[in-house]
Amino acid sequence: MNASQSHIVTLENVTKHFGAVRALGGVDLKVHAGECLGLVGHNGAGKSTLMNVLAGTLSPDHGILGIHGADLSGRYNVKAAGENGIRCVFQELSLCPNLTVAENARIFHPTLTGFGWKRRAGNMIREKLDEIFPGHGVHPDNVIGDLSIGKRQMVEIARAFTSTGAPLHLVILDEPTSSLDAVTSGQLLDFVRKVVNQGLSCILISHVLGEVLSYCDRIVVMKDGLVVETRPGADFTRDTLVAAMGNVVEQEEIEEHERREIQRGTTPIVVEARSDAQRDGAALVAHRGEIIGLAGLAGHGQTRMLLKVYDAAMRKRKSLKVDGPVALVAGDRQTDGIFHLWSISQNVGVRSLQSMIRHGLIDPDAEAALGRAWQARIKIRTPDMNDNILSLSGGNQQKALFARALASDAEIILMDDPMRGVDVGTKLEVYDLIREEAEKGRTFLWYTTETDELYNCDHTYVFRDGVIVADLPRDQLSEEKILHSSFKESA
Amino acid sequence: MLAQLSSPKFLRAALPAASFTVLLAAIFYVQPRAMSYFGMNLMLQYTVPIALATIAQMFIITVNDLDLSIGAFVGLTACIGATLLADTPLLGTLALAACVAAYAGLGALIHWRNLPSIVVTLGMSFVWLGIAVLILPTPGGTAPGWVKALMGLKVPYVPFPIIAAIVIGLVVHVALMRSSYGAVLRGVGGNPKAVGRAGWSLLKAKMTMYAAAGFFGVLSGLSLIGLTSAADAHIADRYTLYAIAGVILGGGEFTGGRVSPVGAVIGALTLALTGSFLTFLRISPDWQIGAQGGILIIVLALRALINRREA
Repeated sequence: MNASQSHIVTLENVTKHFGAVRALGGVDLKVHAGECLGLVGHNGAGKSTLMNVLAGTLSPDHGILGIHGADLSGRYNVKAAGENGIRCVFQELSLCPNLTVAENARIFHPTLTGFGWKRRAGNMIREKLDEIFPGHGVHPDNVIGDLSIGKRQMVEIARAFTSTGAPLHLVILDEPTSSLDAVTSGQLLDFVRKVVNQGLSCILISHVLGEVLSYCDRIVVMKDGLVVETRPGADFTRDTLVAAMGNVVEQEEIEEHERREIQRGTTPIVVEARSDAQRDGAALVAHRGEIIGLAGLAGHGQTRMLLKVYDAAMRKRKSLKVDGPVALVAGDRQTDGIFHLWSISQNVGVRSLQSMIRHGLIDPDAEAALGRAWQARIKIRTPDMNDNILSLSGGNQQKALFARALASDAEIILMDDPMRGVDVGTKLEVYDLIREEAEKGRTFLWYTTETDELYNCDHTYVFRDGVIVADLPRDQLSEEKILHSSFKESA
Repeated sequence: MLAQLSSPKFLRAALPAASFTVLLAAIFYVQPRAMSYFGMNLMLQYTVPIALATIAQMFIITVNDLDLSIGAFVGLTACIGATLLADTPLLGTLALAACVAAYAGLGALIHWRNLPSIVVTLGMSFVWLGIAVLILPTPGGTAPGWVKALMGLKVPYVPFPIIAAIVIGLVVHVALMRSSYGAVLRGVGGNPKAVGRAGWSLLKAKMTMYAAAGFFGVLSGLSLIGLTSAADAHIADRYTLYAIAGVILGGGEFTGGRVSPVGAVIGALTLALTGSFLTFLRISPDWQIGAQGGILIIVLALRALINRREA
C-alpha cells in the first residue's frame, strides 16, 4: 500500500459558499486508514458543511476531493460515498419516523431486497445494536416515532456501521453523543476505539471535549471555515484546545464598549426568569436599560428562554417577572419575521397598530408616517417604503424588523440571534442603535451565536442543555470563558 | 393483555374497523332486512370505486401531497371507458395509459418545480373535467361488456364488494407495506431528506406514487361504469372528498407518510355505509351530506382523543 492509498480521504483547498457566506474557505484534510480523527470548532466553524461534503450531500465549489487516492472532484455524490464505504451519522436525525427500525435499515442498503428482506434487515440492525449498545432494548419492529430520542440515535449510529456489499472504510459521527446518556456514550466510544483498531476510520465531531481528547488519535480544529490546527490528540489539553478554537478579541473594541458600561443594579429589575430545567436557582436577571447577552452553543435553550419571557409578558403569567411590554426580533426572518406579501411600511407598523387606529380602522397616513420616520432613523435603503418587503436585501429586511420592534411601545426587546447572515456594515449600525435605545431606558435580551456581539452586552448568561451555566459580568467576559462553559467536561 | 388492548397504539389501529362495525350494527338494528346477501350487496356496491379512488388518494398522501383532482380524473376515465374503450379497445387502452402517464408527469412536475400539489391538482381537475366533457358532452355511452360482467359478479355466500375490498386492501398492503421498495416510498413521506441522503431518487419515488394513483384512478373509473353502465363527466365529482375522508377515516395522516391501505379500504366501506345508514333513518338526501360530515367529525374526534392520551 503506498502513501496515497493509506489515505481514505484527501481534501485539498476545498471551498464552499452559501450565497455571500463563506462556509469553507480552502480546507485541507487527510484521513488515514485506521485512525479516529476528532473535529472541533465553535458554531459556524464549518464542521457540518465539511461533513456534508464528505458524505456527498453537498458538492464543494472548488478544490480536490480524493478517495482512496483517486481524484473524484466533481463526480462525488451520495452514491459514490456509499460505494467507497463512507457513511455519515448526521447531527439532525436521518431516520424516517413513520417506518420501523428494520425498514430504516433497508433504506440505507439498496441491495436489501427480495423475499425476507424485512427479517434480514431486522437481524442485521439487531446484531449491530447488540454489538455496540448491549442491553439497548430496541426491537427491529419498533416504529421510530415511538422510540425516545436516545434510542433513535442508537439506531441511527448502529445503522451507519452495518454493511452489505461494499466494505466500510470511514464513518463520520456528527455529535453522536448529544442525545445519549453517559453509559451509552461510553459504549459507543469504546466501540469506535475497537473498530478503529481493526482498521476502520472514524471522524468524531463533538462538543464534549473530554470525548475528543481521550478517544481521538488526531484532532483537527476548525474556525471560520478553515482548519487552524492539526495535532495528535495527546498534544492537546483542554485549555490548549479551547484556546485553538477561540479567537483573539480585538482589545480596542472592548475598551470602547466598556467606557459606556453602566453600573449593574442601579436600575429596577424588569425581567427575572428561570428555565424549567434549572436546578440551582440561577436566574436570568435584566435591569432597566441593560443589554443582556444569551450565549452558548446554538439550540441550548436560549430561544426557548426568550419565548418564555415573551409568553409571560403576553399572558401576565406570575411565574416569571416581566415588567413592561415586550417585542421580539426574530432571527429566522423568512419564517418568523417578515410578512412576505406586505409593503415595508406595513411590516414596520404591524407591532404598533394600536396607536395608528382612527375610527376603528388603520390610518394609512399614520402608517406611512411611521414607515418614513423609521426609514430615516434606521436607514432602510429603499426608494419607496410602499415597495414589497422582499424588494429589500437581507440586511435591510432585518433592519425593518428592528424598526418594527423599536417603533412599538415595547420596553423590553427580545432578540433571537437577529444578525444571522447580515453584513458587517448593517451590524455596526444596528449595534449603535441598540446602545442608543438602551441609554433611553429600553432593555434588551440578546441571544447571539456570534461571540463578538456579546461585547455589546452589559451582562452575559451562558446556556448549556437548557440551563444557565455561567453568569458573566462585562469585565469578566471572554471567548475562552464562554467556550469553557459551553462545552461539557465529560458526558 | 388488557393494558395492551387499551394502549393508544392499539386503539388507534382498531378505530377504523371499530367504527365500521358500529355503523354496520346500527344499520342492522334500524333495518334488520339489510342483514342479507342481497341487502349487503346493494348497500356496499359502490364501495369498490370509492375504495379504489381512496387508495389512489392514499398514494398521494403517502408522499405528503394531496390530490384535489381525483374525482374529476375518475370521471374522465369513466367517460373514456364508456366511449373509446367500448368502441375501439386499443385506442381506449392507449388513452387510459396516457392518463396514468399524465399522473406520473404531474408528480415529476410537482417535485421538480417544488410546487404545492393542492394548487397543481386543483388546476388539473378542471383540465380532466374539460377533456371528459369533450369526450362525452352528454351523459351516455356504454360500459364494455367485460367490465359490467366483472362488477356484476355473483359470488356465493359473501357479497362481491366485500371480496373486492379485501383483495384491493391486501394487494396494496403487500405492495406498499411489505415490499422493500414500498418502505422507501413511505420513507419519502416520513423524512424525504433522509431518503435522498441514502441515495434514492425522490423524483422517481414521487413519479411512482403518482403513477400508482393514476392507475387506481383508472380502475375506479372503470369499476364505476361497470355499476352504472353509462358515464357522465360529473359522475365522480364527490369522490375527491370521499377519497380524502376515506384515507383519514382509515387511520392515515395528512403528512409524515403514515398511511394504512387496509384502513383506507375500511374507511371507504364506512363512507359507503353512512349513506345507506342515513337513508334507513329516513334522513332526506338534502341533509345526508351534512350528516355524513357529522359522522366523520365524530370518528376523527375519537382519534384526536386517543392521540392526546398518547402524548
